[in-house]
Amino acid sequence: MNNPAKMVPVPSRAIIPERDLGVTPILEVSHLGINFGGLNAVEDFNIIVGRTEIAGLIGPNGAGKTTVFNLLTKVYQPTRGAILLDGKDTAGMSTMQINQAGIARTFQNIRLFQALSVEDNVKIGLHNQFKYSTLSGILRLPRYWDAERKAREQALELLSIFNMERMASYKAGSLPYGAQRRLEIVRALATRPSLLLLDEPAAGMNPSETEALMANIIKIRDMFQIAIMLIEHDMRLVMGICEGIAVLNYGKIIAKGTPEEIQANPAVIEAYLGQKKEA
Amino acid sequence: MKMTKPGQKRLISNAITYAIVIVAYVLIQILDGSGNLTSSLRGQLVPICAYIVMAVSLNLTVGVLGELSLGHAGFMSLGAFSGVIVSLGLRDTVSAGPLRLLAALLVGAVIAGLFGFIVGVPALRLRGDYLAIVTLAFGEIIKNVINTLYVGIGPDGLRISMSDQASLGLGESGTVIMRGPMGAVGVDKLASFGAGVILVLITLAIVLNLVHSRSGRAIMAVRDNRIAAESVGISITRYKLTAFIISAALAGAAGALYALNYSTVVARKFDFNTSILVLVFVVLGGIGNIRGSIIAAAVLTVLPELLRAFNDYRMLAYAVILILVMLTSNNDRLKQLRWRIRSYFQHSSRRQEAEHE
Repeated sequence: MNNPAKMVPVPSRAIIPERDLGVTPILEVSHLGINFGGLNAVEDFNIIVGRTEIAGLIGPNGAGKTTVFNLLTKVYQPTRGAILLDGKDTAGMSTMQINQAGIARTFQNIRLFQALSVEDNVKIGLHNQFKYSTLSGILRLPRYWDAERKAREQALELLSIFNMERMASYKAGSLPYGAQRRLEIVRALATRPSLLLLDEPAAGMNPSETEALMANIIKIRDMFQIAIMLIEHDMRLVMGICEGIAVLNYGKIIAKGTPEEIQANPAVIEAYLGQKKEA
Repeated sequence: MKMTKPGQKRLISNAITYAIVIVAYVLIQILDGSGNLTSSLRGQLVPICAYIVMAVSLNLTVGVLGELSLGHAGFMSLGAFSGVIVSLGLRDTVSAGPLRLLAALLVGAVIAGLFGFIVGVPALRLRGDYLAIVTLAFGEIIKNVINTLYVGIGPDGLRISMSDQASLGLGESGTVIMRGPMGAVGVDKLASFGAGVILVLITLAIVLNLVHSRSGRAIMAVRDNRIAAESVGISITRYKLTAFIISAALAGAAGALYALNYSTVVARKFDFNTSILVLVFVVLGGIGNIRGSIIAAAVLTVLPELLRAFNDYRMLAYAVILILVMLTSNNDRLKQLRWRIRSYFQHSSRRQEAEHE
């Protein structure tokens, strides 16, 4: 097998699920790094994510997890390293181009279009799916009616994943916290990504909501056949649904493996709980 | 319970906005027909329409796009003078007044839109309040440049000079359109109240249709959260520019309408104070509230005329009214009171329904 995953040097061990082997991985990151005024926020970050993998990125607060997401989506331009999306180099792309190339994301601190309706939020996610010009919008040409009808149908269909169709006309900012997080996922899905990045999707959710979210993440992966990479502190969620996990501390990957391997890894335990004091 | 479609409420709201304009037009026509309109008020009708278009178009930049523009009068000025030049240039070839007015409005809009592009490209690529600074400077530059322009039409076409009238070299048969600081003189009064109302309706259609379309949603997405908008594949610069150019073009049309209502137009009319005045309309009417802009522009344009009775205290009364409007429109206690009154009536009507059953 000439899986490109094999070409990535240690310490990145390919941990992608078996079903995704033999095809180009959706994401290949090598030696990614960014420097904020002398501080290496992320250093030598390597990861491979399979086509339909659910991957986890964990680590203590301030480890640089969100920075990795910001690098992948080019909110920050990396100072070093390469990001291959579906085998293609993403160097020089903007956040907008990254999304069009296939990465969609949610945000740790929810970034919805608060003043707009739930439906409009999803329709904004559909911006590049149902296109018509500004002029046909102003003149209400047939293309406008056609695209708007399709966009509305699609938006309601996407909202139905989380049973949110009823909330379509509500203001996004007026939704309860958990629903806002779900709406962000729907909006990201609307852009038809091949890789979905979820930044703490379960934050602020109660155990039963988290349970439902776990089922939904798997449902989304199965429905759309996409890869999902998530940052999460809720270990039950991470260990429950992630197939491969990378642990980040001080901007560096300290461990990679399956949930079982990560749970048994002494370096991970040390990063989370601290070193045992020698007597 | 009847389910209302999400779009339905919006449709009704838009219909009310159009209806307000049409009803106001009909009422004023009736008042005018029965001789109940003072001549000073009649003279204000076209400027009111122009200011409504200005306020609605600025609201597109300030309310919908969320960028501050302090030089909207600059675009009005560009539209005004290019409109005047077109209307006088076509005097010999096109005899129909409305057609010349239409040409003037269109050219005014295109020129202003073009300058909107030129100003917007550098300013809107930056984050922060750069647009406010650039438009502020733009308004002043435009005013001063137009103040030095001499434009005339000779047998061989348009002549432009920045030194004096003689250097235009028009000879006997030419007409001078703009005389530097003295502005444009001998302008045909082509604008009418009817044309003004039509321009207001077209402006409303453009802005309201834009807001409720793909591009409009993208513009509001950029306003609400730039990073999120980018993350769903929206081009920030493109939609900022779209909104700003449309806003500038509409201001240009408003300027042409305004100018063609007077026989003389000077560049000083479109200064910083005018920009701020239009901004006051937008803020008082409610940022992002199109209907509010219309009402604020109309009321605040008429108000100084109505306050003539107070004579010396006119501007004082104007200021007091402005402050009162701001206090009442943004007062939490009053909002609560209004809400309590409304909920009281809703409850009592529900109680009656229950009693009937």
